[in-house]
Amino acid sequence: MSSQEIAIEPKLNYLNCDYSIKSWLLTTDHKRIAWLYMMAITFFFTVGGIAATLMRLNLLEPQGLLVEPETYNKLFSIHGIIMVFFFLVPSIPAVMGNFLLPMMLGARDVAFPKLNLLSWYIFMTGGSLVLYTVIAGGVDTGWTFYTPLSTLYLNTHVMAAAGGVFIAGFSSILTGLNFVVTIHKMRAPGLTWFRLPLFVWAMYAASIIFIIGTPVIAISLFLIVVERIFHVGIFDPSLGGDPILFQHLFWFYSHPAVYVMILPSMGVISELITAFSRKRIFGYHFVAFSSVAIAAIGFLVWGHHMFISGQSVYAGLVFSALSMAVAIPSAVKVFNWTATLYKGSISYEAPMLYALGFIGLFTIGGLTGLYLATTGLDQHVHDTYFVIAHFHYIMVGGAVMGYLGGIHYWWPKMTGRLYPDGWARVAAIIVFVGFNLTFFPQFILGYLGMPRRYAVYPPEFHTLNVISTAGASILGLGYVIPLIYLAWSLRYGPIAGPNPWKATGLEWTTSSPPPTHNFEETPIVTEEPYRYDRLAEEIHVA
Amino acid sequence: MSEHIAPLKIYFFVFVALMVLTLLTWRISYIDLGQWNTVVALLIAVCKASLVAAFFMHLRWSASVMRLVLFAAIFWLSILISLTIGDIFSRHVLPQPQSWHAAAAITNPSATAQGR
Amino acid sequence: MWIFLATEIMFFGGLFTGYTVYRNLYTTAFETGSHLLNARIGALNTAILIASSLTMALAVHSAQTGKRAKLIFFIISTMCLGAAFLLIKFFFEWTHDYAEGFVPGLHFTYAGPHASHVALFMCFYFIMTGVHALHMVAGEGVLTVLLIMAWRGRFNQERYNAIEMMGLYWHFVDIVWIFLFPLLYLLGARF
Repeated sequence: MSSQEIAIEPKLNYLNCDYSIKSWLLTTDHKRIAWLYMMAITFFFTVGGIAATLMRLNLLEPQGLLVEPETYNKLFSIHGIIMVFFFLVPSIPAVMGNFLLPMMLGARDVAFPKLNLLSWYIFMTGGSLVLYTVIAGGVDTGWTFYTPLSTLYLNTHVMAAAGGVFIAGFSSILTGLNFVVTIHKMRAPGLTWFRLPLFVWAMYAASIIFIIGTPVIAISLFLIVVERIFHVGIFDPSLGGDPILFQHLFWFYSHPAVYVMILPSMGVISELITAFSRKRIFGYHFVAFSSVAIAAIGFLVWGHHMFISGQSVYAGLVFSALSMAVAIPSAVKVFNWTATLYKGSISYEAPMLYALGFIGLFTIGGLTGLYLATTGLDQHVHDTYFVIAHFHYIMVGGAVMGYLGGIHYWWPKMTGRLYPDGWARVAAIIVFVGFNLTFFPQFILGYLGMPRRYAVYPPEFHTLNVISTAGASILGLGYVIPLIYLAWSLRYGPIAGPNPWKATGLEWTTSSPPPTHNFEETPIVTEEPYRYDRLAEEIHVA
Repeated sequence: MSEHIAPLKIYFFVFVALMVLTLLTWRISYIDLGQWNTVVALLIAVCKASLVAAFFMHLRWSASVMRLVLFAAIFWLSILISLTIGDIFSRHVLPQPQSWHAAAAITNPSATAQGR
Repeated sequence: MWIFLATEIMFFGGLFTGYTVYRNLYTTAFETGSHLLNARIGALNTAILIASSLTMALAVHSAQTGKRAKLIFFIISTMCLGAAFLLIKFFFEWTHDYAEGFVPGLHFTYAGPHASHVALFMCFYFIMTGVHALHMVAGEGVLTVLLIMAWRGRFNQERYNAIEMMGLYWHFVDIVWIFLFPLLYLLGARF
């Protein structure tokens, strides 16, 4: 099939081969498992989003408009737990990683397909436990479960929440394990490490973090549960325990976890920038190595969450210096993407809008991270809205934009349908505007001293909070619109051919949607990725 | 996954070595070496673990990527332990001011004399 | 399987981190606590576990050479030795510790100096050996499955991957104990 022929939907693909529920719930096809994850995390995103909506509505008035402080505590805890562990951490790896990794490698599936399905069931089990926590009355420790509050002083459902996260952690570990083995063992002939798409490098780095980091949070949550059941004093100061030990164990995972959330998104951005500027990535090796460097250095900086917790100042110095170091590979990536854009043939489809938004917002988020890494400034802004604004710029302005951009970019491949790009661009712009309106005022609020996790605030912060809530409503609208037109496109969207974007990459050589086994014959790779300097017809392989 | 089939003798030699080392570590604990007790005990434990890993777990004959996985895990674990211990041990090196008054007295004696 | 073991290293590693922190903060109390444990039984258990590692390695060897009867024999031996370890731990050590009042949270009556720090040591003792024991129980479960499969003749010289994977897991659990033994039972000289 050449690009001149009319795009027709292939007869048999991974979606229409079997419509039964059983074929979906017992599938070992990585593409279907990706859909299972996508449905799950969209649901969790909605729950977390509702919590956020209630929070921002409450903050419309200085005295708290909607809920009691105890309820507010539960809202931000659930928002954090669900968004971090049940949306952000699995989002790109479990959805796009699962769908794309084998295809980008020229493989039929991941290394352990049944383990992949088990991962999803484990994820759903953990998620169900957390949902039970919500229904049964909530948990109010904050997503950070700090001791001794969580172990000694609370009567809420700490164990159920901790248990849910513990279980979901195994899902991440198995996914990471699967990806590492797949990338090592199942590459197509000729696909050397330095011919891999940068998305694969990003997934590899994220998988390392899954494997090394997740068990440590598992043990820290386990110790919380033990302490609650047996009333022993591992973290209880009056019995000689050290609450900061919990923080060390917790953040040893949770800081690399944030790199787990951003690295796959960066991988997506590498794909989007190259595709929509029709250019090779600038500095492929630098971008690839910086992914690994971020993962590696990311494990060394966890103490920057604990500058004012009582850890020693010397430890603080060390962690501060190391945190500066981790910014370097991130900056390398931003420079390389920008250099890729230079003299590229740029088009502004929706995925590109998300990618460009990512670069700007991630830069702001990353730079404010450097402010927070300086111990002096952190004394002032720790536990204020400055921190909240910083991580939402990275998480939402970064990771979620990458997720949405990726969903739009690979939607034709996953579904065989094109979505209406006009609406998509409008939605992307609404998201961008809403996001900035929501979170930029929070930088100012934090700097002026408004603490985080408070249901009420002094009246002088009123205006900024109202702006933030208004922005949140716009942001919410921006998230709802894609749900509508993406669902619409499943039925009424024009049929996409194998490669509607004329992009490079093995995944675009299959039909859309791909057959269950991905490739009729194992492809043989003979050239570098991102060869956009070739003519369009040459790279569009039917 | 190694294809190498180790000769049975090796397993028995390693087993005997492990038993000897266990006996050794147990008996040494009855001798007072002060601080070195722990060091010696850990060293023996590392020897035993290495024997198990190299021979029982076939690491000696496995592809180097397996060894890499093991050393990577040990490396990251040592980072967790060392930086945490670093924090614990360096906490009270600087004198901590007991209160704002005490701190103010150190920096500005004349001001506190006026009862501020 | 090595990747999975890496996650287990980090999992136990978190416990070792906590242990190291408190060991360095409360050295005398930890030594006192260690003396309350029975090093002789601990050494015996260590020997039993190492023997079970030997039988496991021999089981893998039998699978590699296609000797079904020996494979079954060695799997059963491994299971018996593992069960012996668990029995000694639960029915000799732990019941004795409970009777003596060494179990924080359930029955702790030790009244010497630094009692709360000794309680902390005992916490770590029970949690670390408990998590280790859980891993052994899980291992026994998988060994049972493998035993049934071996009985049915599912393994031969070409197909023995599961046995080898189980071997790696079992040896790892042994290695954890190799570190637990001196750190928990042999602290501070005893003479």
